[in-house]
Amino acid sequence: MTAASILAVLLGLSAALVSGLVGSFALMKRMTLAGDVISHLALPGLGLAFLWHFPPLAGAAATLFIGIVLIDQLQRRGGLVPESAIGVVFVAALAVGTLVTPTEDLIDALFGGFGAITTTGFVLGILGCAVVAITIFVLRHKLILGIFSPDLARSLRIKLDRANFLYLCAFGLTVLLGLQFLGALLVGAMIIVPPAVARRLAGTLDRFLILSSLISMAAVGLGFAISARWHLPLGPTIVAVASVLFVMSLIKQTPGLKGHVA
Amino acid sequence: MAVILELKNVSVTFGHRMVLEDISFAVEEGEDVAIIGPNGSGKTVLLKTILGLIPHEGQVIWRPGATAGYVPQKIEADRSVPLNVRNLLESKAAIIGKGEKEIAEVVGRVGLTELMLTTQVGHLSGGQFQRALIAFALLGDPDVVLFDEPTASMDEPGEEQMYALIDRLQAEMGLTVLVVSHDISFVHRHAAKVLCLNHSGLCFGPPHGVLTPELLSKLFDGTTLYGHTHS
Repeated sequence: MTAASILAVLLGLSAALVSGLVGSFALMKRMTLAGDVISHLALPGLGLAFLWHFPPLAGAAATLFIGIVLIDQLQRRGGLVPESAIGVVFVAALAVGTLVTPTEDLIDALFGGFGAITTTGFVLGILGCAVVAITIFVLRHKLILGIFSPDLARSLRIKLDRANFLYLCAFGLTVLLGLQFLGALLVGAMIIVPPAVARRLAGTLDRFLILSSLISMAAVGLGFAISARWHLPLGPTIVAVASVLFVMSLIKQTPGLKGHVA
Repeated sequence: MAVILELKNVSVTFGHRMVLEDISFAVEEGEDVAIIGPNGSGKTVLLKTILGLIPHEGQVIWRPGATAGYVPQKIEADRSVPLNVRNLLESKAAIIGKGEKEIAEVVGRVGLTELMLTTQVGHLSGGQFQRALIAFALLGDPDVVLFDEPTASMDEPGEEQMYALIDRLQAEMGLTVLVVSHDISFVHRHAAKVLCLNHSGLCFGPPHGVLTPELLSKLFDGTTLYGHTHS
Protein backbone atom coordinates (compact mmCIF):
# COMPACT_ATOMS: atom_id res chain seq x y z
CA MET A 1 0.00 0.00 0.00
CA THR A 2 1.24 3.50 -0.77
CA ALA A 3 1.37 6.22 1.89
CA ALA A 4 -1.49 8.00 0.12
CA SER A 5 -3.70 4.94 0.19
CA ILE A 6 -2.97 4.37 3.91
CA LEU A 7 -4.02 7.97 4.58
CA ALA A 8 -7.13 7.40 2.48
CA VAL A 9 -8.09 4.30 4.48
CA LEU A 10 -7.47 6.04 7.82
CA LEU A 11 -9.48 9.09 6.80
CA GLY A 12 -12.23 6.87 5.38
CA LEU A 13 -12.51 4.95 8.67
CA SER A 14 -12.58 8.16 10.73
CA ALA A 15 -15.25 9.65 8.49
CA ALA A 16 -17.20 6.37 8.79
CA LEU A 17 -17.05 6.54 12.58
CA VAL A 18 -18.58 10.02 12.72
CA SER A 19 -21.07 9.36 9.92
CA GLY A 20 -22.43 6.47 12.03
CA LEU A 21 -23.01 8.90 14.90
CA VAL A 22 -24.51 11.64 12.75
CA GLY A 23 -26.68 9.12 10.91
CA SER A 24 -28.02 7.63 14.16
CA PHE A 25 -29.40 11.01 15.14
CA ALA A 26 -30.71 11.58 11.60
CA LEU A 27 -32.64 8.30 11.88
CA MET A 28 -34.06 9.22 15.29
CA LYS A 29 -34.95 12.71 14.02
CA ARG A 30 -36.67 11.07 11.02
CA MET A 31 -34.69 13.23 8.65
CA THR A 32 -32.65 10.70 6.73
CA LEU A 33 -34.29 11.69 3.47
CA ALA A 34 -33.91 15.43 4.10
CA GLY A 35 -30.28 14.61 4.89
CA ASP A 36 -29.92 12.74 1.63
CA VAL A 37 -31.16 15.84 -0.17
CA ILE A 38 -28.54 17.95 1.59
CA SER A 39 -25.85 15.56 0.39
CA HIS A 40 -27.06 15.87 -3.21
CA LEU A 41 -26.63 19.62 -2.97
CA ALA A 42 -22.90 18.97 -3.05
CA LEU A 43 -23.22 18.10 -6.76
CA PRO A 44 -23.73 21.60 -8.20
CA GLY A 45 -20.79 22.78 -6.08
CA LEU A 46 -18.57 19.98 -7.33
CA GLY A 47 -19.65 20.69 -10.91
CA LEU A 48 -18.87 24.39 -10.69
CA ALA A 49 -15.50 23.62 -9.07
CA PHE A 50 -14.58 21.24 -11.91
CA LEU A 51 -15.79 23.79 -14.45
CA TRP A 52 -13.84 26.72 -13.00
CA HIS A 53 -10.86 24.69 -11.74
CA PHE A 54 -10.95 25.34 -8.03
CA PRO A 55 -10.80 22.68 -5.28
CA PRO A 56 -13.90 20.45 -5.65
CA LEU A 57 -14.51 20.19 -1.90
CA ALA A 58 -14.53 24.00 -1.56
CA GLY A 59 -17.28 24.18 -4.17
CA ALA A 60 -19.19 21.37 -2.48
CA ALA A 61 -18.85 23.07 0.92
CA ALA A 62 -20.40 26.27 -0.46
CA THR A 63 -23.48 24.62 -1.98
CA LEU A 64 -23.83 22.25 0.98
CA PHE A 65 -24.04 25.24 3.31
CA ILE A 66 -26.74 26.80 1.14
CA GLY A 67 -28.56 23.45 1.27
CA ILE A 68 -28.32 23.30 5.06
CA VAL A 69 -29.77 26.78 5.49
CA LEU A 70 -32.55 25.94 3.02
CA ILE A 71 -33.52 22.62 4.63
CA ASP A 72 -33.27 24.15 8.11
CA GLN A 73 -35.71 26.90 7.16
CA LEU A 74 -38.09 24.46 5.46
CA GLN A 75 -38.07 22.08 8.43
CA ARG A 76 -38.90 24.88 10.86
CA ARG A 77 -42.14 25.45 9.00
CA GLY A 78 -43.24 21.79 9.15
CA GLY A 79 -46.13 20.18 7.27
CA LEU A 80 -46.59 19.00 3.72
CA VAL A 81 -45.39 22.03 1.79
CA PRO A 82 -41.79 21.74 3.07
CA GLU A 83 -41.79 18.03 2.16
CA SER A 84 -42.61 18.84 -1.45
CA ALA A 85 -40.19 21.76 -1.36
CA ILE A 86 -37.42 19.44 -0.14
CA GLY A 87 -38.30 17.08 -2.99
CA VAL A 88 -38.05 19.92 -5.48
CA VAL A 89 -34.68 21.00 -4.04
CA PHE A 90 -33.48 17.41 -4.42
CA VAL A 91 -34.28 17.04 -8.13
CA ALA A 92 -33.23 20.60 -8.92
CA ALA A 93 -29.81 20.02 -7.29
CA LEU A 94 -29.27 16.83 -9.29
CA ALA A 95 -30.38 18.43 -12.55
CA VAL A 96 -28.39 21.66 -12.15
CA GLY A 97 -25.40 19.73 -10.86
CA THR A 98 -25.44 17.38 -13.84
CA LEU A 99 -25.78 20.29 -16.27
CA VAL A 100 -22.87 22.29 -14.86
CA THR A 101 -20.49 19.35 -14.28
CA PRO A 102 -18.15 18.74 -17.24
CA THR A 103 -19.03 15.34 -18.76
CA GLU A 104 -15.59 13.81 -18.13
CA ASP A 105 -15.86 14.65 -14.39
CA LEU A 106 -19.51 13.68 -13.95
CA ILE A 107 -18.97 10.03 -12.94
CA ASP A 108 -16.34 11.00 -10.35
CA ALA A 109 -18.58 13.75 -8.96
CA LEU A 110 -21.53 11.37 -8.72
CA PHE A 111 -19.74 8.28 -7.45
CA GLY A 112 -16.52 9.56 -5.85
CA GLY A 113 -12.86 8.94 -6.52
CA PHE A 114 -11.81 12.41 -7.60
CA GLY A 115 -8.24 13.34 -6.58
CA ALA A 116 -5.79 11.55 -4.26
CA ILE A 117 -5.65 12.33 -0.54
CA THR A 118 -2.85 14.82 0.22
CA THR A 119 -1.26 15.17 3.66
CA THR A 120 -2.97 18.54 4.10
CA GLY A 121 -6.28 17.02 3.00
CA PHE A 122 -5.78 14.20 5.51
CA VAL A 123 -5.05 16.55 8.42
CA LEU A 124 -8.04 18.76 7.54
CA GLY A 125 -10.21 15.65 7.21
CA ILE A 126 -9.22 14.31 10.64
CA LEU A 127 -9.85 17.76 12.12
CA GLY A 128 -13.27 17.76 10.44
CA CYS A 129 -14.05 14.36 11.99
CA ALA A 130 -13.08 15.69 15.42
CA VAL A 131 -15.31 18.74 15.00
CA VAL A 132 -18.28 16.54 14.04
CA ALA A 133 -17.70 14.14 16.96
CA ILE A 134 -17.36 16.98 19.48
CA THR A 135 -20.46 18.76 18.10
CA ILE A 136 -22.59 15.62 18.45
CA PHE A 137 -21.18 14.92 21.93
CA VAL A 138 -21.96 18.44 23.13
CA LEU A 139 -25.44 18.53 21.52
CA ARG A 140 -26.51 15.00 22.44
CA HIS A 141 -28.73 15.77 25.43
CA LYS A 142 -30.50 18.61 23.63
CA LEU A 143 -31.02 16.50 20.51
CA ILE A 144 -32.34 13.57 22.55
CA LEU A 145 -34.91 15.72 24.36
CA GLY A 146 -35.83 17.47 21.10
CA ILE A 147 -36.41 14.08 19.45
CA PHE A 148 -38.60 12.92 22.34
CA SER A 149 -40.67 16.10 22.59
CA PRO A 150 -39.82 19.53 21.18
CA ASP A 151 -42.23 21.16 23.66
CA LEU A 152 -40.60 19.49 26.67
CA ALA A 153 -37.18 20.46 25.38
CA ARG A 154 -38.24 24.08 24.90
CA SER A 155 -39.88 24.12 28.35
CA LEU A 156 -36.35 23.51 29.69
CA ARG A 157 -35.18 26.64 27.85
CA ILE A 158 -33.29 24.57 25.30
CA LYS A 159 -32.75 26.60 22.11
CA LEU A 160 -33.88 23.79 19.86
CA ASP A 161 -33.66 25.68 16.58
CA ARG A 162 -30.02 26.49 17.25
CA ALA A 163 -29.22 22.91 18.31
CA ASN A 164 -30.90 21.58 15.14
CA PHE A 165 -29.01 24.02 12.94
CA LEU A 166 -25.67 23.08 14.52
CA TYR A 167 -26.59 19.42 14.02
CA LEU A 168 -27.29 20.12 10.33
CA CYS A 169 -23.88 21.80 10.05
CA ALA A 170 -22.25 18.67 11.53
CA PHE A 171 -24.29 16.67 9.01
CA GLY A 172 -23.01 18.83 6.14
CA LEU A 173 -19.42 18.48 7.33
CA THR A 174 -19.86 14.69 7.47
CA VAL A 175 -21.13 14.72 3.89
CA LEU A 176 -18.08 16.74 2.88
CA LEU A 177 -15.79 14.22 4.60
CA GLY A 178 -17.29 11.31 2.68
CA LEU A 179 -17.66 13.08 -0.65
CA GLN A 180 -14.22 12.28 -2.02
CA PHE A 181 -14.75 8.55 -1.44
CA LEU A 182 -18.41 8.17 -2.28
CA GLY A 183 -19.45 11.03 -4.55
CA ALA A 184 -22.54 13.22 -4.30
CA LEU A 185 -24.97 10.47 -5.23
CA LEU A 186 -23.82 7.85 -2.74
CA VAL A 187 -22.46 9.85 0.18
CA GLY A 188 -25.88 9.97 1.83
CA ALA A 189 -25.92 6.18 1.91
CA MET A 190 -23.23 6.00 4.58
CA ILE A 191 -25.32 8.26 6.79
CA ILE A 192 -28.51 6.26 6.15
CA VAL A 193 -27.56 2.59 5.88
CA PRO A 194 -25.34 1.86 8.94
CA PRO A 195 -27.84 3.34 11.44
CA ALA A 196 -30.62 1.37 9.72
CA VAL A 197 -28.59 -1.82 10.32
CA ALA A 198 -27.71 -0.82 13.89
CA ARG A 199 -31.34 -0.01 14.70
CA ARG A 200 -32.32 -3.55 13.84
CA LEU A 201 -29.64 -4.99 16.10
CA ALA A 202 -29.57 -2.63 19.11
CA GLY A 203 -32.23 -2.08 21.77
CA THR A 204 -30.57 0.74 23.71
CA LEU A 205 -29.29 4.16 22.74
CA ASP A 206 -25.66 3.47 23.66
CA ARG A 207 -25.53 0.22 21.70
CA PHE A 208 -27.30 1.87 18.77
CA LEU A 209 -24.71 4.65 18.54
CA ILE A 210 -21.72 2.32 18.97
CA LEU A 211 -23.02 -0.32 16.55
CA SER A 212 -23.90 2.29 13.97
CA SER A 213 -20.32 3.60 13.96
CA LEU A 214 -18.81 0.09 13.96
CA ILE A 215 -21.00 -1.03 11.04
CA SER A 216 -20.11 2.10 9.12
CA MET A 217 -16.40 1.47 9.72
CA ALA A 218 -16.77 -2.20 8.75
CA ALA A 219 -18.46 -1.23 5.48
CA VAL A 220 -15.73 1.29 4.66
CA GLY A 221 -12.89 -1.07 5.66
CA LEU A 222 -14.31 -3.99 3.69
CA GLY A 223 -15.16 -1.67 0.80
CA PHE A 224 -11.54 -0.49 0.58
CA ALA A 225 -10.26 -4.09 0.69
CA ILE A 226 -12.71 -5.43 -1.90
CA SER A 227 -12.30 -2.51 -4.30
CA ALA A 228 -8.46 -2.83 -4.12
CA ARG A 229 -8.50 -6.62 -4.56
CA TRP A 230 -10.91 -6.71 -7.51
CA HIS A 231 -10.25 -3.21 -8.92
CA LEU A 232 -13.80 -2.05 -8.36
CA PRO A 233 -14.85 1.60 -7.93
CA LEU A 234 -14.56 2.45 -4.23
CA GLY A 235 -17.80 4.38 -3.55
CA PRO A 236 -20.26 1.86 -4.98
CA THR A 237 -18.31 -1.00 -3.36
CA ILE A 238 -18.59 0.57 0.12
CA VAL A 239 -22.32 1.23 -0.30
CA ALA A 240 -22.86 -2.29 -1.67
CA VAL A 241 -21.11 -3.78 1.41
CA ALA A 242 -23.26 -1.61 3.71
CA SER A 243 -26.38 -2.75 1.85
CA VAL A 244 -25.36 -6.42 2.21
CA LEU A 245 -24.94 -5.83 5.97
CA PHE A 246 -28.46 -4.38 6.03
CA VAL A 247 -29.90 -7.42 4.25
CA MET A 248 -28.08 -9.68 6.75
CA SER A 249 -29.56 -7.67 9.63
CA LEU A 250 -33.06 -8.47 8.37
CA ILE A 251 -32.52 -12.06 9.55
CA LYS A 252 -32.71 -10.82 13.14
CA GLN A 253 -36.05 -9.81 14.58
CA THR A 254 -36.12 -6.18 15.71
CA PRO A 255 -35.64 -6.16 19.49
CA GLY A 256 -38.55 -5.25 21.70
CA LEU A 257 -41.11 -4.44 19.03
CA LYS A 258 -43.64 -6.72 20.67
CA GLY A 259 -45.71 -6.22 23.79
CA HIS A 260 -45.58 -3.98 26.81
CA VAL A 261 -43.78 -4.14 30.12
CA ALA A 262 -45.72 -6.29 32.54
CA MET B 1 -49.52 32.99 50.79
CA ALA B 2 -47.35 34.71 48.19
CA VAL B 3 -48.28 34.74 44.52
CA ILE B 4 -46.00 32.45 42.48
CA LEU B 5 -47.56 32.93 39.05
CA GLU B 6 -49.73 35.68 37.67
CA LEU B 7 -51.27 36.18 34.24
CA LYS B 8 -52.34 39.67 33.25
CA ASN B 9 -54.52 40.18 30.17
CA VAL B 10 -52.93 37.28 28.27
CA SER B 11 -54.17 36.78 24.70
CA VAL B 12 -52.98 34.37 22.03
CA THR B 13 -53.90 34.45 18.36
CA PHE B 14 -53.12 31.84 15.72
CA GLY B 15 -53.39 33.64 12.38
CA HIS B 16 -56.73 35.45 12.61
CA ARG B 17 -58.14 33.12 15.26
CA MET B 18 -58.23 34.28 18.87
CA VAL B 19 -57.41 31.18 20.97
CA LEU B 20 -57.02 32.89 24.33
CA GLU B 21 -58.62 36.23 25.07
CA ASP B 22 -57.69 38.51 27.93
CA ILE B 23 -56.94 35.85 30.58
CA SER B 24 -56.02 37.14 34.04
CA PHE B 25 -55.58 35.15 37.24
CA ALA B 26 -53.03 34.61 40.02
CA VAL B 27 -51.83 31.39 41.63
CA GLU B 28 -50.53 31.30 45.19
CA GLU B 29 -47.69 29.10 46.40
CA GLY B 30 -48.77 25.55 47.20
CA GLU B 31 -52.20 25.99 45.57
CA ASP B 32 -53.90 23.35 43.49
CA VAL B 33 -55.59 25.01 40.52
CA ALA B 34 -57.77 23.10 38.05
CA ILE B 35 -58.35 24.36 34.53
CA ILE B 36 -61.56 23.13 32.93
CA GLY B 37 -63.20 23.76 29.61
CA PRO B 38 -64.54 21.95 26.54
CA ASN B 39 -62.31 20.46 23.84
CA GLY B 40 -60.58 23.14 21.82
CA SER B 41 -61.14 25.81 24.45
CA GLY B 42 -57.43 26.69 24.68
CA LYS B 43 -56.45 24.73 27.82
CA THR B 44 -53.26 23.25 26.35
CA VAL B 45 -52.42 26.55 24.67
CA LEU B 46 -52.77 28.24 28.07
CA LEU B 47 -50.29 25.83 29.70
CA LYS B 48 -47.83 26.26 26.84
CA THR B 49 -48.21 30.04 27.07
CA ILE B 50 -47.48 29.92 30.80
CA LEU B 51 -44.34 27.91 30.00
CA GLY B 52 -43.22 30.50 27.45
CA LEU B 53 -43.62 28.17 24.46
CA ILE B 54 -46.15 30.30 22.58
CA PRO B 55 -45.91 34.00 21.66
CA HIS B 56 -48.60 36.02 23.40
CA GLU B 57 -49.84 39.44 24.34
CA GLY B 58 -50.12 40.47 27.98
CA GLN B 59 -47.90 39.36 30.83
CA VAL B 60 -47.00 36.00 32.39
CA ILE B 61 -45.25 36.90 35.63
CA TRP B 62 -43.38 34.25 37.62
CA ARG B 63 -42.06 34.82 41.13
CA PRO B 64 -38.34 35.46 40.60
CA GLY B 65 -36.41 32.17 40.65
CA ALA B 66 -39.53 29.99 40.38
CA THR B 67 -39.12 26.85 38.27
CA ALA B 68 -41.75 24.81 36.47
CA GLY B 69 -42.16 21.19 35.41
CA TYR B 70 -44.49 20.21 32.58
CA VAL B 71 -46.41 16.97 32.08
CA PRO B 72 -47.80 17.16 28.53
CA GLN B 73 -51.04 15.46 27.61
CA LYS B 74 -49.79 13.25 24.86
CA ILE B 75 -46.48 12.44 23.29
CA GLU B 76 -46.55 10.08 20.37
CA ALA B 77 -43.47 8.13 21.41
CA ASP B 78 -41.77 6.92 18.28
CA ARG B 79 -41.28 3.15 18.47
CA SER B 80 -38.36 3.28 16.08
CA VAL B 81 -36.36 5.43 18.51
CA PRO B 82 -34.30 3.44 21.03
CA LEU B 83 -34.71 5.94 23.89
CA ASN B 84 -35.64 4.72 27.35
CA VAL B 85 -36.83 6.66 30.38
CA ARG B 86 -33.34 6.63 31.90
CA ASN B 87 -31.90 8.30 28.76
CA LEU B 88 -34.48 11.07 29.06
CA LEU B 89 -33.92 11.61 32.78
CA GLU B 90 -30.15 11.65 32.27
CA SER B 91 -30.43 14.18 29.44
CA LYS B 92 -32.62 16.49 31.51
CA ALA B 93 -30.32 16.07 34.53
CA ALA B 94 -27.31 17.03 32.38
CA ILE B 95 -29.07 20.13 31.06
CA ILE B 96 -30.28 21.43 34.42
CA GLY B 97 -27.06 20.47 36.22
CA LYS B 98 -28.37 17.59 38.34
CA GLY B 99 -27.02 14.07 38.78
CA GLU B 100 -27.71 10.42 39.66
CA LYS B 101 -28.85 11.27 43.19
CA GLU B 102 -31.69 13.49 41.97
CA ILE B 103 -32.67 10.95 39.31
CA ALA B 104 -32.89 8.19 41.95
CA GLU B 105 -35.01 10.50 44.11
CA VAL B 106 -37.70 11.20 41.48
CA VAL B 107 -37.70 7.58 40.35
CA GLY B 108 -38.44 6.57 43.95
CA ARG B 109 -41.11 9.24 44.43
CA VAL B 110 -43.07 8.27 41.35
CA GLY B 111 -42.51 4.54 41.75
CA LEU B 112 -40.73 3.68 38.51
CA THR B 113 -39.16 0.23 38.46
CA GLU B 114 -35.76 -0.56 36.94
CA LEU B 115 -37.60 -2.42 34.16
CA MET B 116 -39.66 0.67 33.34
CA LEU B 117 -36.52 2.81 33.32
CA THR B 118 -34.80 0.59 30.79
CA THR B 119 -37.80 -0.02 28.54
CA GLN B 120 -38.05 1.97 25.33
CA VAL B 121 -40.51 4.81 25.84
CA GLY B 122 -42.56 3.64 22.86
CA HIS B 123 -43.20 0.31 24.60
CA LEU B 124 -44.49 1.58 27.94
CA SER B 125 -48.19 1.33 28.78
CA GLY B 126 -50.20 4.56 29.08
CA GLY B 127 -50.00 4.65 32.89
CA GLN B 128 -46.28 3.84 32.96
CA PHE B 129 -45.60 6.49 30.34
CA GLN B 130 -47.51 9.06 32.38
CA ARG B 131 -45.48 8.21 35.50
CA ALA B 132 -42.29 8.57 33.48
CA LEU B 133 -43.42 12.02 32.30
CA ILE B 134 -44.17 13.01 35.90
CA ALA B 135 -40.71 11.82 37.04
CA PHE B 136 -39.24 13.88 34.19
CA ALA B 137 -41.20 16.96 35.28
CA LEU B 138 -40.23 16.54 38.96
CA LEU B 139 -36.50 16.18 38.26
CA GLY B 140 -34.87 19.40 39.42
CA ASP B 141 -37.43 19.94 42.21
CA PRO B 142 -39.68 22.50 40.46
CA ASP B 143 -41.90 24.88 42.41
CA VAL B 144 -44.85 24.53 40.03
CA VAL B 145 -45.96 21.51 37.98
CA LEU B 146 -48.36 21.86 35.05
CA PHE B 147 -50.34 18.73 34.21
CA ASP B 148 -52.21 18.56 30.91
CA GLU B 149 -55.04 16.04 31.36
CA PRO B 150 -52.94 13.53 33.30
CA THR B 151 -55.71 10.94 33.22
CA ALA B 152 -56.62 11.15 29.53
CA SER B 153 -57.05 7.63 28.11
CA MET B 154 -56.97 6.01 31.58
CA ASP B 155 -59.62 3.79 33.13
CA GLU B 156 -61.28 4.80 36.42
CA PRO B 157 -58.90 2.99 38.85
CA GLY B 158 -55.98 4.43 36.87
CA GLU B 159 -57.46 7.91 37.21
CA GLU B 160 -57.86 7.55 40.96
CA GLN B 161 -54.27 6.34 41.32
CA MET B 162 -53.01 9.23 39.23
CA TYR B 163 -54.90 11.84 41.28
CA ALA B 164 -53.72 10.17 44.51
CA LEU B 165 -50.15 10.38 43.21
CA ILE B 166 -50.53 14.07 42.35
CA ASP B 167 -52.00 14.74 45.83
CA ARG B 168 -49.17 12.87 47.53
CA LEU B 169 -46.48 14.64 45.52
CA GLN B 170 -48.05 17.98 46.27
CA ALA B 171 -48.11 17.24 50.00
CA GLU B 172 -44.57 15.81 50.08
CA MET B 173 -42.89 18.42 47.92
CA GLY B 174 -45.03 21.48 48.65
CA LEU B 175 -45.76 21.82 44.95
CA THR B 176 -47.99 24.36 43.32
CA VAL B 177 -50.09 22.42 40.83
CA LEU B 178 -52.03 23.44 37.74
CA VAL B 179 -54.08 20.58 36.33
CA VAL B 180 -56.09 20.62 33.13
CA SER B 181 -59.04 18.31 33.67
CA HIS B 182 -62.35 17.34 32.15
CA ASP B 183 -63.47 15.76 35.37
CA ILE B 184 -65.69 18.06 37.44
CA SER B 185 -65.79 15.65 40.41
CA PHE B 186 -61.98 15.75 40.54
CA VAL B 187 -62.11 19.51 40.52
CA HIS B 188 -64.48 19.55 43.49
CA ARG B 189 -62.49 17.00 45.48
CA HIS B 190 -58.94 18.18 44.84
CA ALA B 191 -58.70 21.72 43.55
CA ALA B 192 -58.52 24.81 45.75
CA LYS B 193 -59.41 26.98 42.78
CA VAL B 194 -60.75 26.42 39.32
CA LEU B 195 -60.31 28.39 36.11
CA CYS B 196 -63.14 27.93 33.61
CA LEU B 197 -61.83 28.46 30.13
CA ASN B 198 -63.56 28.78 26.81
CA HIS B 199 -61.07 30.96 24.95
CA SER B 200 -61.71 33.64 27.55
CA GLY B 201 -61.77 33.06 31.31
CA LEU B 202 -65.38 32.51 32.43
CA CYS B 203 -64.65 31.99 36.12
CA PHE B 204 -61.83 31.81 38.62
CA GLY B 205 -62.18 30.94 42.29
CA PRO B 206 -62.98 28.10 44.71
CA PRO B 207 -65.00 25.41 42.85
CA HIS B 208 -67.90 25.46 45.30
CA GLY B 209 -68.31 29.17 44.87
CA VAL B 210 -67.94 29.55 41.13
CA LEU B 211 -69.06 26.27 39.50
CA THR B 212 -72.78 26.93 39.29
CA PRO B 213 -74.93 24.77 36.99
CA GLU B 214 -75.60 27.84 34.85
CA LEU B 215 -71.91 28.56 34.43
CA LEU B 216 -71.11 24.92 33.57
CA SER B 217 -73.88 24.89 31.03
CA LYS B 218 -72.52 28.09 29.50
CA LEU B 219 -68.95 26.78 29.63
CA PHE B 220 -69.69 23.48 27.97
CA ASP B 221 -72.46 24.84 25.75
CA GLY B 222 -75.03 22.41 27.08
CA THR B 223 -72.95 19.27 26.43
CA THR B 224 -73.00 16.45 29.00
CA LEU B 225 -70.04 16.15 31.33
CA TYR B 226 -68.60 13.13 32.96
CA GLY B 227 -68.22 13.39 36.70
CA HIS B 228 -70.97 15.10 38.68
CA THR B 229 -71.66 18.54 39.92
CA HIS B 230 -72.06 19.17 43.63
CA SER B 231 -75.22 20.70 44.85
